[in-house]
Amino acid sequence: MKFKRQLALFLTVFSLISPHAMAALEIVITGGVDSARPIAVLPFKWTGSGPEPSNISSVISADLLRSGKFSPISAMNYPQRPANDKEVDYAAWASQGVEAIVVGEINETSIGRYKVHYQLIDVIRGQVTGGQAQMLSNGELVKTRDHILDESTVDITEDQFRRYGHRISNVVYEKLTGNRGAFLTKIAYVIVRDQGDYPYQLVIADYDGFNEHVLLSSNEPLMSPAWHPNGEMLAYVSFENHQQQVYSIDIYTGQRRLLSNFKGINSAPKWSPDGKQLALVLSKDGNPELYVMDIATKKLRRITRHRAIDTEPSWTPDGGSLVFSSERGGKPQLYRVNLLDGKIRRLTFDGEMNLGGSLSPDGRQLVMVNRTRGRYHLAKLELDSGLFQVLTKDTRLDESPSIAPNGGMIIYSTLYNNRNVLSLVSVDGRFKARLPALNGQVKSPAWSPFL
Amino acid sequence: MRFNKIVKSLAVALPILVLSACSSNSESDEQSQVDSNATVVAEQNAQAEAERVKVAAMKKEADIEEQKRQELEKLRAEHIIYFDFDVSNVSSQFSALLDAHATFLNANPGVNVLVEGHADERGTPEYNIALGERRAKAVVTYLQNMGVSASQITTVSYGEEKPMVKDRSENAFSKNRRAVLVY
Repeated sequence: MKFKRQLALFLTVFSLISPHAMAALEIVITGGVDSARPIAVLPFKWTGSGPEPSNISSVISADLLRSGKFSPISAMNYPQRPANDKEVDYAAWASQGVEAIVVGEINETSIGRYKVHYQLIDVIRGQVTGGQAQMLSNGELVKTRDHILDESTVDITEDQFRRYGHRISNVVYEKLTGNRGAFLTKIAYVIVRDQGDYPYQLVIADYDGFNEHVLLSSNEPLMSPAWHPNGEMLAYVSFENHQQQVYSIDIYTGQRRLLSNFKGINSAPKWSPDGKQLALVLSKDGNPELYVMDIATKKLRRITRHRAIDTEPSWTPDGGSLVFSSERGGKPQLYRVNLLDGKIRRLTFDGEMNLGGSLSPDGRQLVMVNRTRGRYHLAKLELDSGLFQVLTKDTRLDESPSIAPNGGMIIYSTLYNNRNVLSLVSVDGRFKARLPALNGQVKSPAWSPFL
Repeated sequence: MRFNKIVKSLAVALPILVLSACSSNSESDEQSQVDSNATVVAEQNAQAEAERVKVAAMKKEADIEEQKRQELEKLRAEHIIYFDFDVSNVSSQFSALLDAHATFLNANPGVNVLVEGHADERGTPEYNIALGERRAKAVVTYLQNMGVSASQITTVSYGEEKPMVKDRSENAFSKNRRAVLVY
């Protein structure tokens, strides 16, 4: 009886990821653009009936700005508006201090279909060669166009414009920095609405806040979304049955599966890099300890054994160890446990406490929440050098850091105007941006893997 | 018939109250069911007795129910234990409050209580879940030391997810670091 009533009370709302672009989150850059590289993303030349369906170049420009690595120059400073390399006056762009430009054209081929061509042009190289370089190839002198770093032509529909823009951003980022771009990724987070019967919502959006989609609504708290490495499933914590339980949910079918339902704490789920195991925290044997669950068999393996609090497991990229928070030394600090031999090593010593640790994808940087003089900020420890750096400064109660899959940016939850909002900080601490919430508290962000 | 009304209102009010307080209510549901069955049986037995005896018995039972209801109401009004920052032991100022709950639970071994543990927003959500559980368990230990059976008590930690005061001042934080006894 009771179970049925609670099922009725608890409403699960999900549907397929909708194609509608809703600008639910608008990103405000709060610092660090000065150190970025100047670049120009020109408006693509539009040929077709009626107005341009969507602005691809503004998507690319915003992506590159938000990466913290680039500073797209203002349209007022454009010396010209070329649509392809043949029209480019290289010297004019070079004199603006711009090192590369993105140009393109959009042609309406039939109703709702568009041919989009774009080029990424190295204007410095173009100025040197005049766009017509000669080089030796197999002993022969041939003409090259090596100032064109990338170009492509695609045939797309209107609802693919944003996605294609992010794809171009990925190429630009990779060509100019040598690192993979993370502009085609998503974030999962929890919103606690101010009103309504189901105020707790598990939400997914593009990394820039567009295409926000509510996967699940509940009348009891939701916590800790964690991405499966396949990018199609989340693990999360629900209180829908008035106790903690860990579920997984398929983001495309909405199918849910109860993974952990023990007496006491069932929290902090994190998928292993191969997706076959789930690290989590259970207090079924007394107090909070780390466990690893084999997903296929649901078999549990207890990892820690200590009377102090052990929580917040996070996998090392090789899947061989877990980083976790523990009070075994008094105040909470970060430790690493080797899953093969069970050996435990303390990792952090700075400040009053360190919590919520996770390693960068290259395994060399440890990102965490640090408390120093009662203030909670994000911090980073370079494991090779031991260099410890506090990354955020003018924020309050920072928590839940999650690192982008390319290791460039961290998304986290913080307070702004007495509300939980999501913010970004680059791993070097120089670039900062905020994603303001329109309605409710936004927290527990989790950055998806490469999709 | 006043007696029956009380039983009925209790049977209705208990689950609603418990539900709105977000607790696990299966025990209380069954309990109120068992209570009313027992009183029906008692009533039938009493009918077999002399009229005078029945009236006296009803009156006495009704008094007990009323007293239990009043006690519960009083306990529900004083059911929050506050904690200092990053601290999980029960301060002595809450001894009297917890003693009253322990006395009631000892006298009513059929009644169950849910102890919720909460934390303020400082620190990480996962750490606060652990902290909330430790606070709930400190209250459980106190009640058990006062003789309350472990089978009467369940716990849940909400960490920082259900603040009582949705503000970020020191004062709000001190109101949110709490354990709540829910019947």
